[in-house]
Amino acid sequence: MDQMTTNILVAGVGGQGVILASDIMSEVFMEAGYDVKKSEVHGMAMRGGIVTSHFRFGKKVYSPLIKQGEVDILFAFEQLEGLRWFNYLRPTGKILMNDNKVNPPAVNLGEMEYPKDIPEVIRSKFKSFYLIKGTEIALQLGDARAANVVLLGAISKFFEVNDDLWLKTILNYLPPKVHELNRKAFSTGRDQISQS
Amino acid sequence: MKKIMSGNEAIARGAFEAGVKVAAAYPGTPSTEILETIAKEYKEIYAEWSPNEKVALEVTYGASMAGARAMACMKHVGVNVAADPFMTLSYVGVNGGLVLVTCDDPELYSSQNEQDNRHYARFAKVPMFEPSESQEAKDFIKLGYEVSEKFDTPVMVRSVTRISHAKGIVELQDPMTPPVPIEIKKDTAKYTMLPSFARVRHAFIEERFLRLKEFAEQFPGNRMEINDPTVGIISAGISYQYAKEVFPNYSYLKLGMVWPLPKNLIGEFFKKVKKVYIIEELDPFLEENIRAMGFKPKGGKDLFPICGELNPFLVEKGILGKKFKPPKPFFKEPLPPRPPNLCPGCPHRGVFHVLRKLKVFTSGDIGCYTLGAYPPLNVINSNICMGSSIGGAHGMAKALGEKGRGKIVGVIGDSTFLHAGVHPLMDVGYNKSYATIIILDNRTTGMTGHQEHPATGYTIRGEKTHRIDFVGLGRALGIENPRKLNPWNLEETERVIKEELDKDEPSLIISEGPCVLLRRAFKKYNKPLQVDSTKCIGCKTCVNLGCPAISYQLVEGEMAMTADGKKRKGIAFIESSLCPGCHLCYQVCKFEAIKSQEEKPIFGFETA
Repeated sequence: MDQMTTNILVAGVGGQGVILASDIMSEVFMEAGYDVKKSEVHGMAMRGGIVTSHFRFGKKVYSPLIKQGEVDILFAFEQLEGLRWFNYLRPTGKILMNDNKVNPPAVNLGEMEYPKDIPEVIRSKFKSFYLIKGTEIALQLGDARAANVVLLGAISKFFEVNDDLWLKTILNYLPPKVHELNRKAFSTGRDQISQS
Repeated sequence: MKKIMSGNEAIARGAFEAGVKVAAAYPGTPSTEILETIAKEYKEIYAEWSPNEKVALEVTYGASMAGARAMACMKHVGVNVAADPFMTLSYVGVNGGLVLVTCDDPELYSSQNEQDNRHYARFAKVPMFEPSESQEAKDFIKLGYEVSEKFDTPVMVRSVTRISHAKGIVELQDPMTPPVPIEIKKDTAKYTMLPSFARVRHAFIEERFLRLKEFAEQFPGNRMEINDPTVGIISAGISYQYAKEVFPNYSYLKLGMVWPLPKNLIGEFFKKVKKVYIIEELDPFLEENIRAMGFKPKGGKDLFPICGELNPFLVEKGILGKKFKPPKPFFKEPLPPRPPNLCPGCPHRGVFHVLRKLKVFTSGDIGCYTLGAYPPLNVINSNICMGSSIGGAHGMAKALGEKGRGKIVGVIGDSTFLHAGVHPLMDVGYNKSYATIIILDNRTTGMTGHQEHPATGYTIRGEKTHRIDFVGLGRALGIENPRKLNPWNLEETERVIKEELDKDEPSLIISEGPCVLLRRAFKKYNKPLQVDSTKCIGCKTCVNLGCPAISYQLVEGEMAMTADGKKRKGIAFIESSLCPGCHLCYQVCKFEAIKSQEEKPIFGFETA
């Protein structure tokens, strides 16, 4: 295994902005001079299904898919989806999770329970665990849709890439009228990690 | 200049740089974004959504005869639809270069099967290139045009989901001017496949095939990477990248052209390395052909699965065998699955609720509505391919006779109907079926993400155009009295479907409800519905509509009773941020526990 490559698995539910987040990360790391590859599945996932995006950067990247057990950062936009991909983590990996729950159909129908105490389960087995109130922070700032930018702010703290490059790339994807909101979302997200 | 591109974007870019003039496709995952990118980014190219893949390929055949470089793009099963023109297109060859892009879907992320379309290249005796990342996807499209024109052959380029929907860095180049002039050029013996002319062309393609074999030996995209000679891996496409990832130090024969295969090069590789493994996704296509040449690899499909897609984990496991140590899981409990779902407010839900209530057999088709097979709707009973709902329903009706009267329904989407449903509906009319056919007209191609089709009134670039009228078309096909219904009005939906089921003649219903995500079709959405928690008895009738906005929540203590003293274990809850206000739940609730926030309840939406 090439330790020069960093593997990030972004996981969530259709509509949460998982793919946009990994698109933004790809551009940031390409601009920062790395080889990048990413892979996801579009199509049926749009209808409330599971969405994952494998994102990798390094000197030279071959596979667009991360090998099970080699995820460096599990970047989960929803609790259950974080738990679902838990086993893909490297023992030395980190988890950055949005404190948000979206019920799957079996839970809505009352046939299964939403797993209890997911943050506690993860924390009991993993030291590097960051639970971010992304959706709540975005709501306070005025729009729940900015949650993914809060989360990008948080993850950006793990890398030595200039935060201006992050912000510039993020704002490029967004209409000017929401730039101010997303600037705040990004910096509030970054603050979450220093406080953890 | 460098840019991050998906495989599909890179294919579109390749077409642009190669000077393609005509591109045609029918949407299908994972191929859809190729034509979408062309329509959006490369105005120089004429782009169209064709009604189906057969038409798309025929359009490119015409463009090629006129000297233009042309490209048809489709998902793997689309090639089945286009197979009729394709097999004989191989005979006639090309004038301007012609590339058929097939996007296969190993693991069936959004498909009805996981067929391996490499077999088509062998079947049709045409060359096939298989890129392993975005850069090669662009390069191989351009190369495809050179090879097509040089050898007088259509060329296939095969992608898979993990190429089409993966992104990597691509170096951009300027577009070129293709060498063939665009003009009317008659060459009847080449382009008209009468038996006497086709016999000549068959001999030609056999001779062409020998020349292509020689080309494969020299083609730089088939390359040896000799490192550690104890293990040699023969691979192509995405599988090559997985293998390089886990075994960067082994030796490789990386094939960019997967048909025909370079026999001498393969022989040379077998001499240079000690043992050879063949790593490929889906069928043992390379393996069987390489074994047939007399070579003896150490391993292939005995080590790697035929079903599903490969990944670095499976490749490592296959090669290491017993020495492979999988990572220890941190967590082993089963988790609730999260299957895809019909959206809140989806127009299909009302029709499905009624069909479930009427207990009919529902012959289904390809689209979002196939999801109606899942609980709690459980209403779709069959589905094989585009258009099969109607022929299937008709065939069942003829077999069942009186036993099936009033019990057989076919449901098909608007785009799917125009793709492959017109002929079977003609059969229903012509051969006097009693099956009831429902077109679920949501005014778009839904599952693939809102593409235009001949009944939306718009082209791929958003220009206004003729819009097919399903009632008029139904009449022309022999359905005397096609009916319409509003699928968000359950009383009307049930009444119309029942009346049509009772009829002893071919019947066609058009369910008119635009896809709830198709913003332009709605003047406005409604206010979200609310559950009155003093009245809800927790009967789950609304929950069983399978709407993602409605959930069932257990209650305890004081909450375990309604205001008028009825016991309950749980109550329904509507997540207002998800609810567009379709009012289906309002209509099914017998306890007046669901409240409309509108002045007067609206069954459906004000559509534009």
